[in-house]
Amino acid sequence: MAVTTKEITINMGPQHPSTHGVLRLILELDGETVVSCKPYLGYLHRGSEKLAENRTYQQIVPLTDRFDYLSCGNNNLSYAIAVEKLMGIEVPERADYLRVIVSELSRISSHLLWLATHAADIGAVTVLLYCLREREELLGLFELLTGARLTVSYVNIGGVRRDATPEFMARCKEFADAFPAHLEEYNTLIMQNRIWLGRTKGIGIIPYDEAIEWGLTGGSLRGSGVNYDLRKAIPYAAYDKLDFDVPLGEAGDVYDRYIIRIEEFRQSIRIIQQCLKDIPDGPYKADIPTVTLPAKDKVMADIETLVHHFVLVSKGFAVPKGEIYVGCEVPKGELGFYIVSDGGASPLRMKVRSPSFVNLQCLPRMVKGHMIADIVSCIGSIDIVLGEVDR
Amino acid sequence: MEPEKIIELLGQKFEGEVLSSGTDHGQTWAVLKRDRLADICRFLKDEPDIKMDYLIDVTAVDWLPKMPRFEVVYNMHSIKHNNRIRLKVPVTEEDASVPSVAGVWKTADWHERETFDLFGITFEGHPDLRRILMPEDWEGHPLRKDYPLEGPKWEFKPW
Repeated sequence: MAVTTKEITINMGPQHPSTHGVLRLILELDGETVVSCKPYLGYLHRGSEKLAENRTYQQIVPLTDRFDYLSCGNNNLSYAIAVEKLMGIEVPERADYLRVIVSELSRISSHLLWLATHAADIGAVTVLLYCLREREELLGLFELLTGARLTVSYVNIGGVRRDATPEFMARCKEFADAFPAHLEEYNTLIMQNRIWLGRTKGIGIIPYDEAIEWGLTGGSLRGSGVNYDLRKAIPYAAYDKLDFDVPLGEAGDVYDRYIIRIEEFRQSIRIIQQCLKDIPDGPYKADIPTVTLPAKDKVMADIETLVHHFVLVSKGFAVPKGEIYVGCEVPKGELGFYIVSDGGASPLRMKVRSPSFVNLQCLPRMVKGHMIADIVSCIGSIDIVLGEVDR
Repeated sequence: MEPEKIIELLGQKFEGEVLSSGTDHGQTWAVLKRDRLADICRFLKDEPDIKMDYLIDVTAVDWLPKMPRFEVVYNMHSIKHNNRIRLKVPVTEEDASVPSVAGVWKTADWHERETFDLFGITFEGHPDLRRILMPEDWEGHPLRKDYPLEGPKWEFKPW
């Protein structure tokens, strides 16, 4: 009796615990091996770019929170730097250091959730609970500094929204001192684990040239050995005054991308320790009456300041005509804002170049020839957040 | 090679293709004609002194009511030389199509699909041009200026 085989088409639907959000994949399988994989996006598309054309520049900051909702400090920073460069605003040094602290704390928070979900998908469920325990403390730190746990909207155009209290500085130092020990805990669980190595080594390899061709950025690019980190290449905020290394991988497989993100934890802690030591005193936002809000106690006491505050909040400020593209290094890669202004209070066009969207394009190339279970490892290693993919 | 010199070299090598150029806020841009776009991009990518191997972004701007209506914008970066340039290609509404650069950089594939989805600009030579963010059977191109913010009227939203 002759046995015939046929390829089977399977839908890895938008609701799936391992796709890290609403991502739909149509897989063509030959037995267990993937022949082709087609991603379908748009389930979380909220039209942020069109919304931005109808909001004032300061009102867009909470919109940017919701792109990569796991690391909001970084998104706000990228947007604020783009608008400040277009307007020619300089922020004071204390604001720069506060921005870096929030940025690095957000990076640790995002990487913690990445590690938690990546490990849980592959099977190491204990790591999920350990990482979320640390993340709980981080969210408490955010609440102390900014008032919100997740979508902080902390970095504004012209500076930051609130000053950091001595209590925050002390708790932040405690966190930074205690974190390396926790990191060692996670490493003892999986770094040399035979099952982990078997499931991540040699999977989803992207060589050096192809990684640049596909436009990868962030951990996915550096895992293939390309030395491109925007904090070093085109420094912004206070990063040119700080001392840190950029970890690089070699083989470009899932394991290398995991190793360099673990090392990025250590570098983030190093940056935070330096910032806490070197942060100068001074104003936390620029003193430009046409852009930044006046002090709240004067607003409550004085009628002219109240009117000034009201006009700034309701009408916004005009940005000179022009266009600009600025990219910043968020945990997932290069988040860039291309803003075109026609002289009004809202942008004419705001394009969000989101790293998860571009990195996800590489998924069909990565999983070709591997088995279904490897798809889950690859998605985890690219580190996507659907809020950023779909905007 | 610095960005301004790159644009000068482009003007010399591809005569008549560069319509204008400039530098604002430290960022260099050039407005090109669309016909030889793929050749220009391949030259920018392969020339060793320029080596724009990383295409950051492909997007479009709707300038309604100014003419020509659309402008397709390409941002690119050279990892080796650490500099960036921006190319802009104006297209009119009646003939909204541009040669595709998906053959030059693989990453242009999804960027061009998104620009087609949200603006309606077609890319000639693209391997698989279909909608990416909106549902497949959606009518209209949402990011155009004449598309309503809250979506079109339909049976359950008559306003």
